[in-house]
Amino acid sequence: MKLSDCFKQGKFVITCEVGPSKGIETEKIMEELEPLRPKIDAFNVTDLQSSVLRVGSLAMCRLLREKDFEPIMQLTCRDRNRLGLQSDVLSAAVLGIENLLCLTGDHPKLGDHPAAMPVFDLDSVQLLSAIKGLVDGKDMAGNALEGRAPEFCLGAAVNPGADPLEPQIIKMEKKIEAGAQFFQTQAVYEVDKFASFMEKVGHLKAPVMAGIVLLKSPGMARFMNANVAGIHVPDEIINELAAAPKEKRTEKSLEISARLISELKDLCRGIHIMSLGWERHVPAILEMAGL
Amino acid sequence: MLFTKDKPLDEVLESLGQEKSIFLLACNGCAEACETGGQEALSAMKTEVEKAGKSVTGTCLVDFLCNKVLVTTRLAREIDKINQADSILALTCGIGVQAVARVVDKVVHPAANTVSLGGLQGLWPADERCQACGDCALDYTGGICPITSCAKGLLNGPCGGAQDGKCEVDPEKDCGWIKIYERLKNIGRLENLKKIRTPRDHSKMLPSAELRETSFYDLEK
Repeated sequence: MKLSDCFKQGKFVITCEVGPSKGIETEKIMEELEPLRPKIDAFNVTDLQSSVLRVGSLAMCRLLREKDFEPIMQLTCRDRNRLGLQSDVLSAAVLGIENLLCLTGDHPKLGDHPAAMPVFDLDSVQLLSAIKGLVDGKDMAGNALEGRAPEFCLGAAVNPGADPLEPQIIKMEKKIEAGAQFFQTQAVYEVDKFASFMEKVGHLKAPVMAGIVLLKSPGMARFMNANVAGIHVPDEIINELAAAPKEKRTEKSLEISARLISELKDLCRGIHIMSLGWERHVPAILEMAGL
Repeated sequence: MLFTKDKPLDEVLESLGQEKSIFLLACNGCAEACETGGQEALSAMKTEVEKAGKSVTGTCLVDFLCNKVLVTTRLAREIDKINQADSILALTCGIGVQAVARVVDKVVHPAANTVSLGGLQGLWPADERCQACGDCALDYTGGICPITSCAKGLLNGPCGGAQDGKCEVDPEKDCGWIKIYERLKNIGRLENLKKIRTPRDHSKMLPSAELRETSFYDLEK
């Protein structure tokens, strides 16, 4: 089913992240996605996540489309100016990719090419507006597109754990005004904080999907706290994971993710899972979470 | 030297909005040389502001608005008149606007755009910087420049990457957008954040043919 139809029908939507390969061999990734097919409504393909060079989101989304998966193309403002972005958006439409998640993008300094020029010609709000313009048949310069206009289901991101939260919510409102139809959040580990965030955005109609990053080890949690922008794993969760004996750690880790999902699912309209190589565990986690 | 050009008067008056009383401040340094500042521009602006039906609570000419000692000592003498005003209109470069906003808890509207030209970028010995984008946004951001204080130069609010108020790029650096948010809250202008800002016009950063022919440009070559 199309992602836009899932939202229209009020379905509880489950999406999963796919990180393209560092080289050109994509077969393994595609194979790993097969078991997820029955449970996952759409797959987000990251756009050089954490500013690390990989195969592009557009190519990977097309491969997914060819296999009848529903792709969501992530699009960041880090690497392309408004010409490049608009062109890739049109290319996505040509290749049958309808869902776009519009993001600011991590700074290049955080990735494996720290000397790269940070572009950020547009920000996420302006990118959404630009795409809405294309849907209305006009590019950013006001020139008309020839033939039929593209159609998109536009998504955006929000960080419910941000402090202060108010500027995030103001920006979220602007994203909706600019054309965002759904939101996927940064990883959530604190259910209370998320619940209070959802209360504060209760006036907004766009569906919100809570982000879940599968924690593989206490070390990974500490690494993310120190190095991944916008993520904070509280000590209680790190300690809970660290307290499990090594051979039971994976089990514990899946249990923590499943618990988070089951606590979050009644607060929002969907779950977005960032599995980071643990795609094989996703079906089990969803089952444990009652989904 | 920082080269400035007058913002269109309509734009300046629009940014003053419903404000009734204005304090006028002009720089007598680079801006005077560019005729955007100095006594003459200050007097002309006073006439325009009054013509628009607003009262001017006072005016002040400071030799170099990028000089911290000059700004604080000169503005201290005018503090009563500044306090009576709804806002300050500053005839100066981007550094000058940020310098004033840093020392006074008032809205500071820029009356000029700072245009690309090499050379000395002001004397303010603090965090404020100007990239001479040619389309000054300081009015909307409470006198803190989003282009120089945000690592991504975002115009519509913070990205999701800040941690404990610090930038994702450099944990030693404050998130510019959190500073802008706090400042706007402090001066009662949070609604500024709610308006979508359109993308920058990067062509404004290129020195115009007209500017390249001036003696300023020659001096900086």
